Amino acid sequence: MEAQQKSKKLLQIHKNDNVVIVVTSIHAGDHEVIDGRDITFTQEIGIGHKVAARHIKAGEKVYKCGVPIGSAKEDIPVGAHIHLHNLKSDYISTYTRDSDHAFAK
Amino acid sequence: MHSPSSSQRLEGYLRSDHRKGIRNYVVVAYLVECAHHVAREIVDQFRGQPVHLIGFGGCYPNAYADRMMHSLCTHPNVGGVLLLSLGCESFNRRRLAEAIATTGRPVNTIVIQQNYGTRKSIETGRAWVEQALKQIADVPRAAIDVSDLIVGTVCGGSDATSGIAANPAVGRAFDLLVQKGAATIFEETGEMIGLEEVMSARAVTPELGRELKMSVGKAARYYKVMGHASFAPGNAEGGLTTIEEKSIGAYCKSGDSPISGLIKPGDVPHHGGLYLLDVVPDGEVRFGFPNINDNAEIAELIACGSHLILFTTGRGSVVGSAISPVIKICANPETYERMSDDMDINAGKILRLEATVDDVGHEIYDKVLEVVSGVPSCSEELGHQEFVLTYKSFEPIGPSCLPA
Repeated sequence: MEAQQKSKKLLQIHKNDNVVIVVTSIHAGDHEVIDGRDITFTQEIGIGHKVAARHIKAGEKVYKCGVPIGSAKEDIPVGAHIHLHNLKSDYISTYTRDSDHAFAK
Repeated sequence: MHSPSSSQRLEGYLRSDHRKGIRNYVVVAYLVECAHHVAREIVDQFRGQPVHLIGFGGCYPNAYADRMMHSLCTHPNVGGVLLLSLGCESFNRRRLAEAIATTGRPVNTIVIQQNYGTRKSIETGRAWVEQALKQIADVPRAAIDVSDLIVGTVCGGSDATSGIAANPAVGRAFDLLVQKGAATIFEETGEMIGLEEVMSARAVTPELGRELKMSVGKAARYYKVMGHASFAPGNAEGGLTTIEEKSIGAYCKSGDSPISGLIKPGDVPHHGGLYLLDVVPDGEVRFGFPNINDNAEIAELIACGSHLILFTTGRGSVVGSAISPVIKICANPETYERMSDDMDINAGKILRLEATVDDVGHEIYDKVLEVVSGVPSCSEELGHQEFVLTYKSFEPIGPSCLPA
């Protein structure tokens, strides 16, 4: 946790979480130390988004606020952005505007 | 380190049912919309004094509204009650007045049709409130402890920051309150869809766990009929990925304590612990949305005995409430800067990494004790006294909902 204490951009909400939350926008080229690793971000990540606080294996549950919010669809390396592309609900698939097009096919 | 606030001796108003109030209000209650104006005119003459306006606008009878009015008029923060009836509405004013009188509170009913109309009724009401304020000024006091308190929580005007900063801090404050013996109440079962397994695992008995799960299932069905979309594409743009994650925003206000019971509007917890308030009506979908706005939920939390309400916001709600003080916890640092007069707690510090969730949790706990001691919250100071009560329908809670 010391790494996150020093960070001005990432916040761990609950002690059991394997994600940290972006609290100040991250830009491509920004550096952060997460889980002892020096991470260089290659893309912009906005406030409220999630980043892996450690390596998360495919199928492993992702925890935020101490509660599982779904399962990893693939291996997620430490520092990676976590969103629709690599996390799925254990409850019901998330509806996005693109989901609509699936019906149209 | 945090100051040992518990060393401060706090005093409450002792009621005949042994509950203790943190305020001593005269409530003026209209029993149909037709009596609303007269009631408001009476209350308006006591600006800055402890006189609050509540009421039920409907003319048709409703068991839920009846129970809510009984609970609110005998709430420990209420010292006396003036009922305003037009005269022809369905509300059973005699039964309500008798129930209030049984508790030893001064109560009076003005029936406008029998009291020579608007002008005379306002004058009669004003005179009665004036003498009631004198009468309740010497109500007995007693030491009040955290274990005497019931604290409710609600969120409104949420944004992406609410679930990250303010709600976890309220969860932490709830844990501190429960550790000291307080009863705490969270609600919004409709926003716990996807978390029912996690939540029911925290129940003190497996039977209660099943009831908790069923209450979320009921909410899911109800909202489906109402056409309420629980996850909008905009949520994903704000960084939320799954329905479970969205639900966490509301859920994490509950903290980490075991869940001691499931209650419905008007049920008062009789000992400390964490309770879920089921606000979604039972039976077929009737009367519209379960709660038309934040104040409808606040009124229900107060009917369950809440002495005060912890209200989290991101975009910046300004509401307070009749009867119980509302403490505003603002998650968004930019909102806080814009609206600091309305906000008691700046949880946005968490996002700026100037404070931890634990720090703000303790700050909320200390603020609760300060408001209990009589210091007005921001919304109280500003005169907010919002109140709304509409039609709903509930079955009584089952035997598994409140394990001994």
